[in-house]
Amino acid sequence: MSIDLSTATLKAMPSPPPEAKESPFQRMTRRPEMGALAGTVLVFVFFSIVGGQNFLSIGGASAWLNVASELLIIAIPVGLLMIAGELDLSVGSVLAASSMTLAIISGYLGLPMIIGFVAALGIGALAGLVNGIITARTNVPSFVVTLGMNFGLAGITLGLSRAITGTTSVPITVDPVFKNLFGSLVGGQFEVAIFWAIAVALVIAWVLQMTPWGNWVFAIGGDKDSARATGIPVPRVKITLFVLSGLGAAFVGVIQTCMYNSAQTTNGQSFVFNSIIAVVIGGVLLTGGYGSVIGMVLGAITFAIVNQGIYYTGWSSDWASFILGALLLAAVLMNNTFRRLALSSGPKKTSGKKA
Amino acid sequence: MTEPLMTLTGVGKSFAGTDALADISLEIEPGKVLCLLGDNGAGKSTLIKILSGYHAPTTGTIEVDGKQVVFSSPRDASAAGIATVHQYGGTFPLMSVGRSFFVGAEPTKGWGPLKYFDKATANKVAIRELKSLGITRINDGNRLVGGMSGGERQSLAIARAVYFGARLLILDEPTAALGVKEAAHVLKIIMQARQKGIAVVFVTHNVLHAMTVGDRFAVLIHGRKADDFMKGERTREQITDLMAGGEAMAELEAEIAQYESQA
Repeated sequence: MSIDLSTATLKAMPSPPPEAKESPFQRMTRRPEMGALAGTVLVFVFFSIVGGQNFLSIGGASAWLNVASELLIIAIPVGLLMIAGELDLSVGSVLAASSMTLAIISGYLGLPMIIGFVAALGIGALAGLVNGIITARTNVPSFVVTLGMNFGLAGITLGLSRAITGTTSVPITVDPVFKNLFGSLVGGQFEVAIFWAIAVALVIAWVLQMTPWGNWVFAIGGDKDSARATGIPVPRVKITLFVLSGLGAAFVGVIQTCMYNSAQTTNGQSFVFNSIIAVVIGGVLLTGGYGSVIGMVLGAITFAIVNQGIYYTGWSSDWASFILGALLLAAVLMNNTFRRLALSSGPKKTSGKKA
Repeated sequence: MTEPLMTLTGVGKSFAGTDALADISLEIEPGKVLCLLGDNGAGKSTLIKILSGYHAPTTGTIEVDGKQVVFSSPRDASAAGIATVHQYGGTFPLMSVGRSFFVGAEPTKGWGPLKYFDKATANKVAIRELKSLGITRINDGNRLVGGMSGGERQSLAIARAVYFGARLLILDEPTAALGVKEAAHVLKIIMQARQKGIAVVFVTHNVLHAMTVGDRFAVLIHGRKADDFMKGERTREQITDLMAGGEAMAELEAEIAQYESQA
């Protein structure tokens, strides 16, 4: 009546043969950024042909590098959140709030730059903290929480700016030290933000791939309940991720204010969707648990090449959005394919599980 | 008789005034397999959640090693050596085998701020532990968990629990989604764990699987313990009838017989 579990029977069960060693190509297909790499190469080649010498010139390179690096400083922490299964749609208003804070404190009120700088980043961290605490404690989807924050904070920024300064655009004279650090052009064309983006990418890539904390981020996005069961402090990790995302947006707010010597209350809203586009093109799974910083870097570069490359083609720039939309869809389809490959790569399953 | 690892006395749980579970008393012994049987909705999951620290019981007491305990989180339960493995293995489909094996307890190399995740060790240990449970197909710790079969994922989760020193292994429907051969493999792993002196709570509604490995059985109906017996004290038919609520099952079987005779 019961299943025979004697050793003899189990020995007799043909155990599936060990898998063959993978080829380096198979190994590569398992990486989340494979689709993104293909996308980057594709758009680069496309605009090199259509855009010609001007696109390939130093000026052309700086155009997309500048766009990519500001985008990256926001998109990398946003992507980290997405790997953990959450979204942040509040980066636009956080950027505006941070840049207005810096301009009002150090421009309009004339206080030292460092105070405005710390306050600007503080606003970003605070917005992230509020997003994180509400999401972690109430289980309201972060989509709603951060969308609410994006509108709410935009209102506060606009209201306070008008109440304090009577205007929505505040000029600031940037201290030379801050100008050099955040708002200058290297070689007359390359924003210093490029170096900040490289630093952010290196640090976060290390954290994500090489620390236990990074492993927790993947685990939370993969299966929140299992992650909690293994003892990972899920709420704390999520709150930290939201704070990082707020800090990234606030930092770009500082960079833009120092760059243009002024702040507007409407700055930054384009980053809300652009950061998500870059991250998704970069191979991060919207539902979490899968992605890489290299992918996000490639995604942001792809976005920036399309966004800027269009000006070198002689076409109306109206078409850039169309290309980006199509690219986004193609990227998701391609990433799905690569993910399927990653899951099925290796030997055929032979044991009991015959679908 | 050995000292029970865990003793439940009169444990109950109500959600918003409704009793999901009432008056459950159980003894879980090391090196023994306790089968928790019951139809869907009988309260098995609620009981597992109490055992593994997700819910605190509304009434009754839990003792571990003869001392009363209150688990306020799954972390408390795992600190007491209680590990739960869910139907789909509770593993992370898009993580590598090595990484998912060590989630929450990552091995590190180096020191201070330069401490980093020791992927080589993680992969090596995960593969070694899988091999010890008879999973020989997977030999690369970088392989994604989602590429493994259901039985392999169960084995990975059990291997993980045993490696991290589980004394009580709660297996929630581990064989439900598996084919015949893979289910037999998982049952064999349960026997291996039992042999190591680990207490196993095996939750299932498959009477055959339960009878193969169980030392002791408890049947839940509508949140109450309907019966409690040792190996060999009941026949398969008796247990099935009990789980399905007796008469209803007999009627159903009579009806099925009728169709068969018509055919």
